[in-house]
Amino acid sequence: MDDAERWRDLDLLLTRAGRLVGPGFEPGPELREFLQSPDCRVLCVGAGGLGCEILKDLALSGVVHIDVIDMDTIDVSNLNRQFLFRMKDVGQPKATVAAERINARVPGVKVTPVFGRIEDQPADWYRSFSLIILGLDSLEARRYMNSVVCGFLEYDDEGQPDQSTIKPMVDGGTEGFKGHARVILPGFTPCFECTLWLFPPQTKFPLCTLAETPRSPAHCIEYAHLILWGQVRPGEEFDTDNEEHMKWVYERAAERAKQYGIQGVTFQLTQGVVKNIIPAIASTNAIISAQCVLEALKTLTCFSTGLDNYMMYVGSSGLYSLTTKYDKDPACPVCSPGVPLDVDPDATLQQFIDQLLADPSLGKHLSAPSVSYGSTNLYAHGIFEADTRPNLSRRMGDLVADDGAVLTVNDKRLRGPMRVKVRYGSAMRA
Amino acid sequence: MGPVVDPKAKRYDRQLRIWGTHGQQRLESCCICLLNCGPTGSETLKNLVLGGIASFTIVDGQKVEARDLGNNFLVSASSLGEPRAKVVTELLQELNESVSGSYVEEVPEVLIADNPEFFQSFDLVIATQMREQDMTKLDDICRATGRAKLLIVRSYGLVGYLRASLPEHRIVESKPDSQLDDMRLNQPWPELVAFAASFDLASADDVTHAHTPYVVILLQAASAWRSAHGGRLPGTSAEKAAFKASVNGMRRTADGVPLQEENFDEAAKAAFHVYGTYEIPKEVRGLLEDEAAGPRLRADSDEFWVLVAALRAFVEGEGQGTLPLEGSIPDMHATTDLYLKLQAVYREKAERDTAAVEAHVRQILGRLGRPADSISRETIKLYCRHARHLRCVRYRSLAEECSPETARGEALAAALRAGGGSGGRGGGDLGAPPCCDGALYVLLRAADRFFAQTGRYPGAPAALSPGAGASEVDPADDIPLLRQAAMQVLSDAGLGPNPRKSPDSGAGGGLGGLGGGGGAGGGSLPGTAAGAINEDLLAEVCRAGAAELHVVAAFMGGVAAQEAIKLVTRQFEAIKLVTRQFVPVAGTLIVNSMAATTTVLEL
Repeated sequence: MDDAERWRDLDLLLTRAGRLVGPGFEPGPELREFLQSPDCRVLCVGAGGLGCEILKDLALSGVVHIDVIDMDTIDVSNLNRQFLFRMKDVGQPKATVAAERINARVPGVKVTPVFGRIEDQPADWYRSFSLIILGLDSLEARRYMNSVVCGFLEYDDEGQPDQSTIKPMVDGGTEGFKGHARVILPGFTPCFECTLWLFPPQTKFPLCTLAETPRSPAHCIEYAHLILWGQVRPGEEFDTDNEEHMKWVYERAAERAKQYGIQGVTFQLTQGVVKNIIPAIASTNAIISAQCVLEALKTLTCFSTGLDNYMMYVGSSGLYSLTTKYDKDPACPVCSPGVPLDVDPDATLQQFIDQLLADPSLGKHLSAPSVSYGSTNLYAHGIFEADTRPNLSRRMGDLVADDGAVLTVNDKRLRGPMRVKVRYGSAMRA
Repeated sequence: MGPVVDPKAKRYDRQLRIWGTHGQQRLESCCICLLNCGPTGSETLKNLVLGGIASFTIVDGQKVEARDLGNNFLVSASSLGEPRAKVVTELLQELNESVSGSYVEEVPEVLIADNPEFFQSFDLVIATQMREQDMTKLDDICRATGRAKLLIVRSYGLVGYLRASLPEHRIVESKPDSQLDDMRLNQPWPELVAFAASFDLASADDVTHAHTPYVVILLQAASAWRSAHGGRLPGTSAEKAAFKASVNGMRRTADGVPLQEENFDEAAKAAFHVYGTYEIPKEVRGLLEDEAAGPRLRADSDEFWVLVAALRAFVEGEGQGTLPLEGSIPDMHATTDLYLKLQAVYREKAERDTAAVEAHVRQILGRLGRPADSISRETIKLYCRHARHLRCVRYRSLAEECSPETARGEALAAALRAGGGSGGRGGGDLGAPPCCDGALYVLLRAADRFFAQTGRYPGAPAALSPGAGASEVDPADDIPLLRQAAMQVLSDAGLGPNPRKSPDSGAGGGLGGLGGGGGAGGGSLPGTAAGAINEDLLAEVCRAGAAELHVVAAFMGGVAAQEAIKLVTRQFEAIKLVTRQFVPVAGTLIVNSMAATTTVLEL
């Protein structure tokens, strides 16, 4: 097969000069060669509705070396959109089957599957990719991946991001007819933690409503799920994938609804409430995945202007999309070059550490922080603990003379350093 | 539904949660025809086959080539040289056993010219990667069938185009993202008033006091307000604040401190239900006044218009200016017993309203000479429950959009000035920004004219046919002719520096006259419009050489499948604009993959 003829469409855009292109775009056959080379490795996190599409889109955008990681197995309810899977695949690992199908269909492509948890992979594995695309459905997994790529980020002495440490990440998400695509260049664009407010909190029913004044079918279902299960089947962990468990909750919920005269408890609703099912359709996944891979391709080759940095897509009523440039949060605990923190220079290092732990924004990322200043350990857990312990009772102003100095905080809860900019000013004026 | 779930319900679970069994039934009875199965067409159909349509028929005249293996997932290396329609059909069928697929190995343009009857057997025709001239013909053919809706989809370099064409898109079971609950606290009906009055909050024990639904609290407060204000409800913002204060004043106190009562928190938040005035949504008002439900209502009118006529009779009669009550209420802090009682008050009123509408329907059907039971009670219930969200969008034909006599030049000029992005961000009145989505629409049409003259698209290698080698073309050489074609498109729409009297006089192959800067100058309206067709965009369209990138095709295939689902299920508003008169107008979608923006044009 003639490779030039096969990639004719892609080559038109990769080999010709353009007017609306990314910075440093250098058209030529080298770009496709790069995409096809082992130097260009792309990781797709998730092999579900978005992941299947992302893998296909990458393979048909000239990328050859692709890895995919997913811990799930295939379920019947995936088949309305996860087009790489068939009925006979139900129960098989998603990553493995998806990789097989892409490799079988697209000549030359090498998709390597990992059937497992993202938390079990070492940082160096993530570091080995040129770019990471997320096709996830949970905020927690996104935050984890965000902490991984932001953990690679280093700043120079002027507080500018070190280009060589930037791991580009593209993220997609869908719900029904809506979705988003965003590009994260740590240090340059906001990271997940900067814009957590984009994800609204889940509504939860008060337990007293469930126990005493149920009014809706969902109240009856959550009563059976959250209260009755523990009372009747103590010690047994509720498993959302266990049919018998789900049936049990449905039947108890139906009994309770009947007792109170409430209409509308169905098995479908029971599953929806208990598993917090998000509706999902093939078309929206296709749209969002395509946007993600297009942006990945732009990031890798600069062949066109890139998304800066967030696109929202709403197809449920008419079609509305909004492309927005969100701002970084200067106080982001994960990606900031220095979270500003007012510190009393007369406070001891121990008091400073206590202040970190008590901080409403920073504290939740920390359990037992170590603090360093430049190459000096101020206080460190582990082998230097005994050496640095005396510092705990020393005055901050003596340990760190410069107002505005950036201290590095490490903690086992963090996957990269947290940078804190010490501000003595206001405290000294006070 | 019992816990034994049938396999289809399991397979489609994630989408049934959006459009329900009713929407799924509509999808499962839909027969689709796809014209051209390159990546744009294949991806569109893939998304619909997964959703479970009844059947599809692919019309495509090409053989699988190496190029297909670079941009289409629904072909395989082992099928090189085979008919593309056959290969894509077979691979699509693997995705869903309950969908039946067939193909016709034929060039769609030939079918349109020679066999228009072919399209009669489809509910939806999806035409991909085709030119304006053929689409105009196909549009007329589909409209003449009285059945086939048309969806036109295109991926062109980093630009996408989508447009539907059908006489009317009527939406019944709308699923709005957010809506105000239909509470009617500003004009409660007698049974609701009586229910609210039956509570004696002063003597109620603490538990009952804290579990009285907020509807009751607000209606009692409103009643007290009316008595003190000559029958009026709060009007000014000071009065509204005073009303809210009066609601908070009803809280129970202990030693002068208000008790924690969630139902009163909810009442204060929902107070606007009392002083907001009831209004029939403007879009629905437009429907009620539509001639299709009035003088033009005929024996063969769609059931939609019969129902709209019945709703109008209800609004003018029993409803006293209101639509039938929806009948559902949101969850609110209350005991089970009180909540269920309140729920029943709303449900019973909704049932009475539905019965009244049903009487009008039967009467109208009789007048039209149709069997009185030709519209079921279930259907009438559905319309009543969704009365606030009924919509009808009418589409102009492609011929109307493109012919100089009926083209909406002003709308196009406005789009050219507005720039890119959904909200018209950037641009504004300061001249066109570098990347204007309206200009991309003009350039796509210009590319078709370029093709008509030269037999190839701007910047595309000379031979697109299989076998022939692709001779190299310098895309910059094609810019002048593309610019000229774009100026012609503008002239035909009544814009541009040299409006042409005769649109078919041809470009004559010359490069003179319209060169240099695209006529931008003077700041006059047509000049500004032409100025949006700037050098950057001309160069980008030529650079792309009509490439069909898989990612762009996949994006457009997703958008097209969403749009198809909206047209078929009739539960969602299709791509549209809402005019100042709140009449939804069908729109043409331009996707700008360079800037990651979308724009809907009213043309």
